[in-house]
Amino acid sequence: MTESYPALDRDAAPVAALADGGEVSVTPGPARRALWIDMLGLASVALILTALYAALVVAPTEAVMGDVQRIFYFHMPSAWVALGPSFTVVFVCSILYLTKRDLKFDRIAGASAEIGVMFTTITLVTGPLWARPIWGAYWTWDPRLTTTLVLWFIYVAYLMLRSSTPEGHKRARLSAVFGIVGWIDVPIVFMSIRWWRTIHPTLITGQGMQMDPTMQAVLMFSLAAFTVLYVYLLIVRVRQLDMGSRIDRMRQQLLMR
Amino acid sequence: MGFLSRSWAIAQKDIVAELRARETVLSMLLFGFLVILIFNFGIEPGLREENLVKPGVLWAAFTFAGILGLNRSFASEKENDCLQGLLLCPVDRAVIYLGKLLGNVVFTFIMGIVVFFFFSILYNVDIIGTLLPIGLILLLATIGFSAVGTLFSAVSVGLKARDVMLSILLFPVMVPVVLAAAKSSTSVLDGAGLGDGSLWLALLVVYDVIFLAVSVMVFDYAVEE
Repeated sequence: MTESYPALDRDAAPVAALADGGEVSVTPGPARRALWIDMLGLASVALILTALYAALVVAPTEAVMGDVQRIFYFHMPSAWVALGPSFTVVFVCSILYLTKRDLKFDRIAGASAEIGVMFTTITLVTGPLWARPIWGAYWTWDPRLTTTLVLWFIYVAYLMLRSSTPEGHKRARLSAVFGIVGWIDVPIVFMSIRWWRTIHPTLITGQGMQMDPTMQAVLMFSLAAFTVLYVYLLIVRVRQLDMGSRIDRMRQQLLMR
Repeated sequence: MGFLSRSWAIAQKDIVAELRARETVLSMLLFGFLVILIFNFGIEPGLREENLVKPGVLWAAFTFAGILGLNRSFASEKENDCLQGLLLCPVDRAVIYLGKLLGNVVFTFIMGIVVFFFFSILYNVDIIGTLLPIGLILLLATIGFSAVGTLFSAVSVGLKARDVMLSILLFPVMVPVVLAAAKSSTSVLDGAGLGDGSLWLALLVVYDVIFLAVSVMVFDYAVEE
């Protein structure tokens, strides 16, 4: 090897090399591939695999429903991740964007909505798979099912609103407005649909959880695994969006020269 | 001028424009009639459960026709840059929101009443006995529908496919309104009065209050230039 290439420095703004001597100021961002994020990714994969093993092997077979019930260990955690953290983060970050005007919050809201829609889709697919043998029908207009479906429509609309507007403060404003209204609507949708008769299994009653202890443990583990997976996906996606907007800024600065 | 009279001035502008151009309410009406007509072909005539289907037909027609008016609400301001003039008014943004909302409520309510007349003739509903309770349900549903609709109309007005986007944004959020309106009118259309429907009316009132408040708070962000 005779030729020597200059060491590629990931962190020192790579554009500086392209722009010979030009004044390209690049705000330093999270360019470094952080070890802890990779570790978190590995951890979430390990957790999900363990949860899968626990759901399929460790958990006892349900007396009445049989093996079909095992899908529940993935169904409920996806529903939790979607309805709990995902869309709440969209709501909170929408408010934070409108008050602080930092596009960072807009990117977090967008990333969280994408992940939330994915987990809502998983919920909506796994639910009917379980319901078909148990209820005898893929779908019933039960409050929780219907609310989840409406929720899915609201956040797909949110994503469509984002994709139909170019990135920037205008898009952030409009989607924040919708993110706030949509989130407030969810409990009202649930209340209104609950006034129909519900047939959804109720796990947590006034007397606490009505479940076998092993099943409970598997469920709790799966809930934790899915929550870690959500956090990992959110971090990765937000970093992607951050870098995307950094690249856009660099490109614009180069074009303006 | 007080808060309400300022809003009314903006609503008046919309009403005068509508009286001269006559495009929004008429197209809404025609569209509402057509929805009822189309539904009619999907439902077997003389169906025994016709009473259970009727409210659905009425409120589907209301929702689909109502969205036409909302589409026009801010789109008409966009022409000739009227929106800029409107936003330059030396009034609070909440006043502008309420003004546009009032206009939409007036148009949608008139459309709803006329569509109901048309519907009652085709489906043999006793108009005299049901007009009052249906009118009340219609008013509450119109307020909720227009409160969110006016806000989303402002959100979607600058987008590429704004008409489709407004429907996609509004319909899922509108689920409680349509459900409550349809449920509360079931017994009314049967000729049994409101009955249990008053519970659903309470839900409509709650919806209206919550989304009027939220919309007034966030409208400013939707139109900010």
